[in-house]
Amino acid sequence: MIKRLVAALLLCLAMPAFADFDVAQLMNDLAKHKGGKAKFVEKKTIAMLDKPVISSGEMTYSAPDRLEKRTLLPKPELLTLDKDLLSIEREKQKLTINLNNQPEALAFIDSIRGTLSGNRAALEKNYGLYLSGNSNKWVLTLLPSDQKIAALVLRIVVSGSKGQVRSIEYLQADGDRSLLTIEPLDVK
Amino acid sequence: MKLTAGRTFLLWLLAMLAAAAIVWNSRFTADMSFFLPAHPTAEQQVLVDQLKEGVVSRLLMVAIEGGEASQRAQLSRDLRGQLEKLPDFVSVQNGETGSQTVDRDFLFKHRYALSPAINPERFTVDGLKVAISDSIDLLASPTGMMLKPLLPSDPTGELFALLSGLNAGIQPNSSAGVWASRDGERAMLLIQTKALGSDTDGQEQAINAIRSHFAGSAQATGLADAKLQLSGPGLFAVNSRATIRDEVGRLSLISSLAIIAVLLFVYRSFKLLALGLLPVVSGALAGIVAVSLVYGTVFGITIGFGAALIGEAVDYSIYYFVQSRHGGLDGWRTRFWPTVRLGVLTSICGFGALLFSGFPGLSQLGLYALSGVLTAALVTRFILPQLSATAPAMSDLVPFGQSLAAIVRALALFRWPVIVLALAAALLLFVERDGLWNPELSALSPISKADQLTDMALRADIAAPDSRYLAVINAADREAALQAAEKAGAQLDLLVSAGRIAGYDSPARFLPSAASQEARRNSLPGSEDLRSRLQTALADSPLAANKLTPFLQDMDNARQSASLTRVELNGTSLALAVDALLLQQSNGWSVLLPLRPGEQDIDAAEVRTALAGSGALFIDMKVEFDKLYNDYLHEAMLLSLAGLLAIVALLAASLRSPRRLAAVLLPLILSVLLVVAALHLLGERLHLLHLIGMLLIVAVGSNYGLFFDHASEQGHFDPETLASMLIANLTTAIGFGTLALSKVPVLHAVGVTVGPGAILALLLSAIFVSRGTCR
Repeated sequence: MIKRLVAALLLCLAMPAFADFDVAQLMNDLAKHKGGKAKFVEKKTIAMLDKPVISSGEMTYSAPDRLEKRTLLPKPELLTLDKDLLSIEREKQKLTINLNNQPEALAFIDSIRGTLSGNRAALEKNYGLYLSGNSNKWVLTLLPSDQKIAALVLRIVVSGSKGQVRSIEYLQADGDRSLLTIEPLDVK
Repeated sequence: MKLTAGRTFLLWLLAMLAAAAIVWNSRFTADMSFFLPAHPTAEQQVLVDQLKEGVVSRLLMVAIEGGEASQRAQLSRDLRGQLEKLPDFVSVQNGETGSQTVDRDFLFKHRYALSPAINPERFTVDGLKVAISDSIDLLASPTGMMLKPLLPSDPTGELFALLSGLNAGIQPNSSAGVWASRDGERAMLLIQTKALGSDTDGQEQAINAIRSHFAGSAQATGLADAKLQLSGPGLFAVNSRATIRDEVGRLSLISSLAIIAVLLFVYRSFKLLALGLLPVVSGALAGIVAVSLVYGTVFGITIGFGAALIGEAVDYSIYYFVQSRHGGLDGWRTRFWPTVRLGVLTSICGFGALLFSGFPGLSQLGLYALSGVLTAALVTRFILPQLSATAPAMSDLVPFGQSLAAIVRALALFRWPVIVLALAAALLLFVERDGLWNPELSALSPISKADQLTDMALRADIAAPDSRYLAVINAADREAALQAAEKAGAQLDLLVSAGRIAGYDSPARFLPSAASQEARRNSLPGSEDLRSRLQTALADSPLAANKLTPFLQDMDNARQSASLTRVELNGTSLALAVDALLLQQSNGWSVLLPLRPGEQDIDAAEVRTALAGSGALFIDMKVEFDKLYNDYLHEAMLLSLAGLLAIVALLAASLRSPRRLAAVLLPLILSVLLVVAALHLLGERLHLLHLIGMLLIVAVGSNYGLFFDHASEQGHFDPETLASMLIANLTTAIGFGTLALSKVPVLHAVGVTVGPGAILALLLSAIFVSRGTCR
């Protein structure tokens, strides 16, 4: 409750300063982005480990609901999201999850998918949205509004430029964090 | 020695009372054992065991419809809570998370006894290095998120190794915390009954319990208009039994009433009617007695066949009453009895052929009909005359017979048209010979189309196991069975890693043999050893060895704990899995390893090669079912041919003239051709009971041919004989025709074939009777 109050206060402070660029505009920009291929590096900082775990590979997004994340290092793994079916292939094993059965995972996935596709409704179902910066360099902060999700993720910070997402940072409830940086490969 | 009417009746009555006593004490059943092979092969035995006792045969799928998702979920939880307390159910699952947590905790607690990855190399410096580095890599993946909290106590990822082997197949959908259908509109439950699949009473009790508790829960949760859908082998058994029970009564009643009406119309006397039914009642009772004495149990379908038997058995008394009117008993005995006797013998040849069938239902039908017909004929010949000595003479059928004779004379015109028609029928059947037969055993199943569709829908929604592919191993004791399962499992692992099968289940996953548990325990290093090895292994790792104290403790506990036994599994759903796959039989233990196909179907030959030497028998249930049915069909063809040959041989021996033999057989063969072609044109897919029906057309229809032959030989047709044949034909057609009304495919097929076939046999026999006979 207090967290949300603070957030609301932050929002009141932030909004007037950047009145020329708002969530609606950002969503519009994001929705225009029809997808493409990108390199990614994901850095997970885990309290138990002395060094962060780094993985990298390629990801392909096709609007509005298909995402493929192909990890090459340290171990090959293919994660595909097709509508609400999430499948993970790793060492000849394939695991398929229907996200409708896993509301927490769905909320988590929606944070990425909603951002990539500029789907404001999907984002606002589970998160409060707080935007700063301008169209060329924006930072969108997602704060979970559902207690169950907040128990897993404290905050998601997405940053980017125009319709292109450049990084997604998760701060988990246990203090561990992961930072996904995205480097587009082809320019339209 | 001459018996008086009174004594004869008394003797008959005593015999009937004895028969009634036997029938009273008979065991009646309407389960699927009607269809199961009498002399199964090893593969078929597995099939039979699975159908009768297998877990799949004890699963009931339940769907709840109506209201909102949250209301359905509440109803589902309430229903589960109530049913779980009942002794009728072994497990009631609805996807609530509680039970999964229990299972997971169990697996985690016993991971060092259960993990297949454990061997002496696993905990050497190099082994630890690889395993722990794999676990850290896994943290980079979304799958690793769940395992992160476990890392300090399970750095080598034994739980992950354990879970990886489990069914990663499609799980049912969830909605509001419980299982839901794919469209989310129904809540789903999967229930395992305590009663065996073959225990139809137990299944019925379980199903009734589900229905009544559902009604209660629906009221309690305020969703009174909620609907329950239920399916599963148990329901099929219960419904089939109800159908058969219902039909036995209904069909016998229809057939009896219609036949009684015909007889009353002809006899115009209740006393004659009662006397005429005497052989029928005797035959029906004798049929059940014979089956009961030979087989121990009487199938409901067999009794259902009684409707046809009534129609066939009543013929003899009709012949007797009508034909003896002028010549009296002695005249009938000399003039007509030999013909009737030959007709009885051909019928016995037809039914008798079925006796040799390995399809228990068919051999029972054969015995029932054979003893029924024989008894009816004997009662007609030896008892009826005694009792009917004082009976009133029946009305004069001569004028009726004379008009029939006029018709028969006119029928000769149809010879060529019939031959042309029959040739056309033969041509049609030849051209379409590939599409005539229904190749599936399910063609015989009395389960309604609607029930089958519901079942398919529920099965798809809940992703219920169908256990099509099974490897089966028999062993002397539990330990040997588990060791064999592990050995076969290791061979199957090769197929899994080659991507040839998606996976398999094994009781040894949750209950490893004592030998492999001990081997795993011996692979666990002592605390000091492990500590120093970890120091070396983790020198360059991001994971510091000093964070792994819980690992050292758990390992120490595992090293000192006793082997896991079946008792420790109690309270988890893993216990159910083990019990389903590890069975104690009368002569030892059996292990079942269900195989899951991957993208493509399983190649049976490949699996058999892979399992060579493990003692495991690989079975594709669908193939076995189809093979079973094909065996039945093949056998039925042979038996029909043998029956036909026996009839032809009998006729040939009696008639002693190829011309006369041909004259009797030609109309029968033409009738069979016409009936089969007509059925095909009407869209009936033929199955083995149609085939049996064809044999019965010949067996029953030859009676008419024989009377015409008799008349031809004498150069004169007695009008009364003609009348008796028409009446007898009518009752036979009514009897068999009634079966055509049945929803039970076995009875329906015989009915639609023999009913019209009998009429055609008479008609064609009349058409082809030699000219000049009916003057």
